[in-house]
Amino acid sequence: MKIQSAETERHVLAVTVDNEPGILAKITGLFTARGYNIDSLTVADISTDHAISRITIVTNGPPQVIDQIEAQLERLVPVHKVTDLTAAGPHVERELALIKVAGTGDKRVEALRVAEIYRANVVDTTTSSFVFELTGTPEKVNSFITLMRELGLVSVGRSGVVGMMRGSGGA
Amino acid sequence: MAQQSGAALLMESLVRQEVEFVFGYPGGAVLPIYDELFGDERIRHILVRHEAGAAHAAEGYARATGKPGVVLVTSGPGATNAVTGIADAFLDSIPMVVITGQVPTGLIGTDAFQEADTVGITRHCTKHNYLIKDPADLVATVEEAFRIATTGRPGPVVIDIPKDVQIAVPSKSRANPNAGAHRYAPQMVAPADQIAEAVDMIANAQKPVFYTGGGVINSGPRASQLLRQFQDLTSAPTTSTLMGLGAFPNTHPDWLGMLGMHGTYEANLAMNQADVMVCIGARFDDRVTGRLDAFSPDSKKIHIDIDRSSINKTVPVDLGIVGDCATVLEQMIAAWGDRAGQDLGEWKARIAGWRARECLAYPERSKANPQAIMPQKAIERLYHLTKDRSPIISTEVGQHQMWAAQYFGFDAPNKWLTSGGLGTMGYGMPAAIGAQLGHPDALVIDIAGEASIQMNIQELGTASQYRLPIKVFILNNEYMGMVRQWQELTYESRYSNSYSDSLPDFVALAEAYGWKGIRIEDEGDLDAGILRMMEHDGPVIVDCCVAKDANCFPMIPSGAAHTEMLLYGDQVEGTMDDEAKALV
Ligand SMILES: Cc1cc2nc3c(=O)[nH]c(=O)nc-3n(C[C@H](O)[C@H](O)[C@H](O)COP(=O)(O)OP(=O)(O)OC[C@H]3O[C@@H](n4cnc5c(N)ncnc54)[C@H](O)[C@@H]3O)c2cc1C
Ligand SMILES: Cc1ncc(C[n+]2csc(CCOP(=O)(O)OP(=O)(O)O)c2C)c(N)n1
Ligand SMILES: [Mg+2]
Repeated sequence: MKIQSAETERHVLAVTVDNEPGILAKITGLFTARGYNIDSLTVADISTDHAISRITIVTNGPPQVIDQIEAQLERLVPVHKVTDLTAAGPHVERELALIKVAGTGDKRVEALRVAEIYRANVVDTTTSSFVFELTGTPEKVNSFITLMRELGLVSVGRSGVVGMMRGSGGA
Repeated sequence: MAQQSGAALLMESLVRQEVEFVFGYPGGAVLPIYDELFGDERIRHILVRHEAGAAHAAEGYARATGKPGVVLVTSGPGATNAVTGIADAFLDSIPMVVITGQVPTGLIGTDAFQEADTVGITRHCTKHNYLIKDPADLVATVEEAFRIATTGRPGPVVIDIPKDVQIAVPSKSRANPNAGAHRYAPQMVAPADQIAEAVDMIANAQKPVFYTGGGVINSGPRASQLLRQFQDLTSAPTTSTLMGLGAFPNTHPDWLGMLGMHGTYEANLAMNQADVMVCIGARFDDRVTGRLDAFSPDSKKIHIDIDRSSINKTVPVDLGIVGDCATVLEQMIAAWGDRAGQDLGEWKARIAGWRARECLAYPERSKANPQAIMPQKAIERLYHLTKDRSPIISTEVGQHQMWAAQYFGFDAPNKWLTSGGLGTMGYGMPAAIGAQLGHPDALVIDIAGEASIQMNIQELGTASQYRLPIKVFILNNEYMGMVRQWQELTYESRYSNSYSDSLPDFVALAEAYGWKGIRIEDEGDLDAGILRMMEHDGPVIVDCCVAKDANCFPMIPSGAAHTEMLLYGDQVEGTMDDEAKALV
């Protein structure tokens, strides 16, 4: 007998929640308890009185599972609203990365040139290293990191995706 | 007026919620609350013998009365002991509020004496839970907890209260003590276009079936009334899950019996052959659907459920309607108007053909012990002799539970208390205690197995203490019969650890607790024994010795389709492939 698996799709969910203790554990625990995937998760409070947080979750699963994830999230009392940005239509996805590269000579020059092409900012430098700050889609960040591997990549920190609908309405 | 302590505020809040009973057990971390209970006549505390008993008693009370059950336990082991009952209430959608003591706030996280992370442990088996850090939050939290527990899809809510919060007075004055009071607002009413579409589908159906469930009970007695009314308009054949028994009368000519793994032949075949299935407050559980790709393959499916996550969870439906059963049924009745509906004569004739198979006709005698009482017979007699008193029946888990569902008839809601989702052995006796407290004059019977009853046997003492005349009717087959049956079907009758060895003498045990004990060994004594049980106006254990080898049929084996039901007389002993073995 084999363990079965199904075709999956990637979805970005924007979730607004009451900013109360345990809410993050509730949400991440829901994913583990029900066997859903989390590719990335970001959270920060977004209201002046710190009462509301917005969580962006990137997940993947078969369409029925994605629908269940949204329904199960909506069942949580502190959850106000779940928006499936992927299903809702055109939206922007951005991620921030800090990338440290060490090296001298040609490699150092090349790293800086590539950074310019990607519009990455230098936020720290020594004579033998840079820390780049890069904002973009996950694909852009991935491809930058791939190039930096050849040029002395030391470490990477990524924020995970935040997303928002295009246009004047929606989440 | 001096400011009230957290414990006093809690008591006032419970009184405001019209709580009659608190099922609990004291300990260090709840002593301030117990001190408030002392001498307070407004709330009656029921002292159980184990915290699991408290939670199941609260469940039984809730299911039998429709009101939320309330539990009070101490920190650490008190809370962890209650977890099984909380998880049970979560899966069966039972409204319950559980108050747990916690170590003082300053000690949280230090592995203090009797500290357990109650909020963490119960996070995924509660509808919601709270850790209270200031008495100022108590009143609003209790108010919200009861609202969450009882509205929408009901469920358990835990409020964890550190000991210092019970003793302290509110530290801050809250501008708005009801902040967030309306953040939970379940959708009750369905959109009119969905109602119209549903009514059209039902009115045009040639082979409709109503598949009703626990949601009808959750929705209150009015939902059962409206279900009967709507069925009367449409004359659709009606079946129910284990959890929904009683919502539709078992005596009605269109009643098909329970469906699912141990459901009737006619119910399962009607589901399989239907052209329009209307699921009303049920959740397409795996015990009900059997093999998913063969489940009711040709029907258009309508699903009415208050919890949107139940819709399309395992079975995709054509029309999902989020709303409350009673409200939606009322809307459908109004939308139906004076339609005539189809002539269902042909469909009912086919159903009559399936009924004629008499799937519940069990062998008259056991092969291994031809003298023994057949368990099915015992339930039939229990039903016939008690039905005039409209008893409340609870069960444990196993074959006896299924036989009770099959051979006992229910014609009203809130009379049937069983652990369906979690399937918790040990549920039945405490649940009967809770039900008896809610209905002091009712005849309350726990139909038990000799193995299950031992899981919360300590609650005999609770019934004695509060003079609750509950009856425990044990179908004693000296086996964990349900396990034995699966081993027979799947593991070539290798009965690994399923024999109930070293059983107590149940009659002597009853007497030791001040109960009456009755043993029934011969079929000739069955009726007399049941009558003696009913006549005694105190608690009774009946040790009804039944055939040890009886199996429960019909049965849809795991992974099989509704059309592959096993019936009495089929040769079943054997083994199964790994795919089937992997299913529960
Ligand atoms: C040994 C054993 C054998 C079993 N065999 C069977 C079997 O043969 N057949 C069977 O049916 N079951 C069987 N069960 C029980 C089974 O495991 C499930 O518990 C049961 O089928 C679920 O019942 P339900 O679908 O009615 O859902 P419930 O668990 O009662 O859930 C109720 C549903 O209604 C919804 N709801 C709640 N309130 C409302 C409201 N006000 N309005 C609208 N919707 C609402 C909820 O969201 C939920 O989806 C067995 C259990 C055991 C332990
Ligand atoms: C707490 C718990 N443990 C184990 C099980 C698995 N289980 C289901 S039925 C059963 C046997 C029940 O035996 P008994 O109470 O004698 O009932 P019978 O089937 O013989 O009628 C067991 C062990 C369970 N449902 N609950
Ligand atoms: Mg048994």
